[in-house]
Amino acid sequence: MITFTDKGIYCKQGNFYIDPWKPVEKALITHAHSDHARYGSKQYLCHKFTVPVLRLRLGEIDVQAIEYGEKLYINNVQVSFHPAGHIIGSAQIRLEYKGEVWVISGDYKLSNDLLSTPYECIKCHHFITESTFGLPIYQFQNPQFIYNDINHWWRTNASEGYNTIVLGYALGKSQTILHSLDKSVGNIYLHGAVANINDSLGRVGFHFPGKRVSEENNKLKIERAFISAPPSALNTTWLKKFQPYRIAMCSGWMALRGARRRYGVDKGFVLSDHCDWQQLNDAVAGTGAEDIYVTHGYETPFVKWLKEKFGLRAHEVKTFYSNEESGEDL
Amino acid sequence: MKLFTNLFNEIDSSTKTNIKVEALVHYFQLVSEEDILYAIALLIGNRPRRPVKTSQLKLWAAEMSHIPSWLFDDCYYIAGDLAETITLLLKEHPSSHNESLHDVIKALQQTALLSDEEKKNVITNYWQRFTGNELFVFNKLITGNFRMGVSKQLVVKALAKFLQSDETKIAHQLMGKWNPAEETLATLFSDDITADKHYQPYPFYLAYPLEDDIHTLGDINDWILEAKLDGIRGQIIYRANELYVWSRGEDLLTDKFPEFEKLKNSLPAGTVIDGEIIPFKDNRFLSFNELQTRIGRKNITTKILTEVPVVMVCFDLLEWNGEDIRHQPLSYRRELLENVVKNFNENKILILSQSLHFDKWNEAANYRINARQYGTEGLMLKQKNSPYETGRKRGNWWKWKTGPMTIDGVLLYAQSGHGRRANLFTDYTFAVWDEQKKLLPFTKAYSGLTDKEIIEMDNWIKRNTIEKFGPVRSVKPYHVFEIAFEGIAESTRHKSGVALRFPRILRWRKDKHAEEANTVEELRSLLKNNNHE
Repeated sequence: MITFTDKGIYCKQGNFYIDPWKPVEKALITHAHSDHARYGSKQYLCHKFTVPVLRLRLGEIDVQAIEYGEKLYINNVQVSFHPAGHIIGSAQIRLEYKGEVWVISGDYKLSNDLLSTPYECIKCHHFITESTFGLPIYQFQNPQFIYNDINHWWRTNASEGYNTIVLGYALGKSQTILHSLDKSVGNIYLHGAVANINDSLGRVGFHFPGKRVSEENNKLKIERAFISAPPSALNTTWLKKFQPYRIAMCSGWMALRGARRRYGVDKGFVLSDHCDWQQLNDAVAGTGAEDIYVTHGYETPFVKWLKEKFGLRAHEVKTFYSNEESGEDL
Repeated sequence: MKLFTNLFNEIDSSTKTNIKVEALVHYFQLVSEEDILYAIALLIGNRPRRPVKTSQLKLWAAEMSHIPSWLFDDCYYIAGDLAETITLLLKEHPSSHNESLHDVIKALQQTALLSDEEKKNVITNYWQRFTGNELFVFNKLITGNFRMGVSKQLVVKALAKFLQSDETKIAHQLMGKWNPAEETLATLFSDDITADKHYQPYPFYLAYPLEDDIHTLGDINDWILEAKLDGIRGQIIYRANELYVWSRGEDLLTDKFPEFEKLKNSLPAGTVIDGEIIPFKDNRFLSFNELQTRIGRKNITTKILTEVPVVMVCFDLLEWNGEDIRHQPLSYRRELLENVVKNFNENKILILSQSLHFDKWNEAANYRINARQYGTEGLMLKQKNSPYETGRKRGNWWKWKTGPMTIDGVLLYAQSGHGRRANLFTDYTFAVWDEQKKLLPFTKAYSGLTDKEIIEMDNWIKRNTIEKFGPVRSVKPYHVFEIAFEGIAESTRHKSGVALRFPRILRWRKDKHAEEANTVEELRSLLKNNNHE
């Protein structure tokens, strides 16, 4: 039912693509991160929470919204979207045709970030999974512990007279952090990129604390505050107005010392919107699938592991998804 | 161990010198004398022997984390550090122990006598009791590559503060290989070094590269100019009927260079000479490569001694008749040195580093540009009245090296780096074109790109991999880099037939196609033209 083409993951029977990286007639979109939701397709289909961000990024497009669990038929292929737990509106796409079931999970995580609809395990025959953190050195703590650490750090910094800048991807991580901040500590400010996403998500009922740093309030005295910004803000002059500050990076890569040191930040919080090793293993086992297609990340070792350990038919698939945590946006 | 881990955390999370010094002083104040001694030894790189083999550690860690060894290796390639890999793989659990740093190190040293099975018990037991950063520090101890982000100079500074002593003195007291188990603070920081520790070298005085225009140095007649030679910087010490040869890396090399033993017959007691150990045969210098091969040998055979004999090219005298003369002006020390080389020189194994005479700086500049023709690396510039200082200092001594040789190579293989560069492809192998128009690898280089370029290259490599061999990837021959290096020598160990000295990336030649890279013929002509007879 599914083939991997140079345009992306293609469903021949239904004549549509999932997260294509080249323009096509009909694109089903798992989530709005830029490597999964690309410009130029005629028609888009995505979860209703994804619509405003997709519009923000791709402009005026023809997009149809769908609810989690809602069933839809495209050329006799049953299509449904299910929570992936990656970011708000992120979905796994389930396809069924003549009793054969595929799940294309996009990006996902099993841990609960307290904001996005938690991951739902879907039984299937064929499971397509990413492998961004597909090595056993990646063991992530529950996000709630990390939120506590972040709040604690902010409190300490504030008590010592510092601003707290926390870098995280503008769509996804920034919102989960803002959602779990202890607002009693001080004022919260937003980088424009984060504020734009927040505004879009406001249209589907999600509201976050924080004021946009703009020309109007540029002269404002910002003290002991929390500032949410994307990783691309690191080493830019934009940060100057927050001096004195301490700065942290939130990413799964912060699990590695080398990465932490490379970013040159004061602190690295291991907070990821992807699965760690254990979650990937649990996800694969949970689906009951016997054919596993492993994409972006550590495909080779994860495929070998699945074959050796569980006797699964695991396949390496080359896609053009990077991931927002690969550091490429730095 | 908890306090030492705290110290590690504090030093690791700061880049500021005074915060690190404060953290060290604070640590010294808190812990026992034994812990202080072990900590100093670790911090300045005087590390204990590795108690178990790396291969065993890998095996046990894989077993404990229930993964096959190939997966352990894959994790290691990515994390880029063995201690970190083991730490990340072992499950988080509460810490349960209260052993001090020296308890742990002693326990580890005692495992030397145990069977493999018993060693395994000791190590895995610790793995179950340590957690987080403490586990990481412990793993650093057993993998034997403990580095903490403090320079020796910083430790010296902290100790001077803690002991209310003088930095120069502390630096001297910490020289050489000493065993923390056999020292106390009183013996290690004894006041009378030359008497109590006659084997101890002086801290080396090191020069910075000249940054400013040569004319800012003033009158050339105030300076002594010497050829900069490529060998092993060392000190020859003769005290109390014993002769010692120390390298700048503070390795005791006496046994590696039995040639110097004869100096016992000629040198007066209480003599310390600073110079460069150079391979020298039939009245000419051999290449550094030959010396390197000799150093690598376990046994110094008569064959080696006749094939690659060494001399010391002497440029300074630090002690004479048992008196420390480092505070005396260089011109005075050199006069005495000339006397030593002339009159106390058994077998002519000491050669005086000639001071070169130029009337003007421009003449010196000319020499420097053509230095390779004279078989040297450039010039050393030393103020005539300079004392012999401690460590790397600006002002009185400068090194003024000739420019590097360069060649354009094609990137052929990439491997992920270590430490700061873990998880990124940063270690490259470069190739030049051979006569059959095939690419012939000729060198590796690790540094020279900016962080931004590294990330750009890393992305490209991931997308243009042809084959993977463990941690190494072969890539499409496409990118050309200008490689700079300080020396080139013939080598039978390398396919290309040459070995380079200090190769590094000078520039990413985005303007060049792979076909425009240099050829092996051009590489070999560098070999011919840049090695004097």
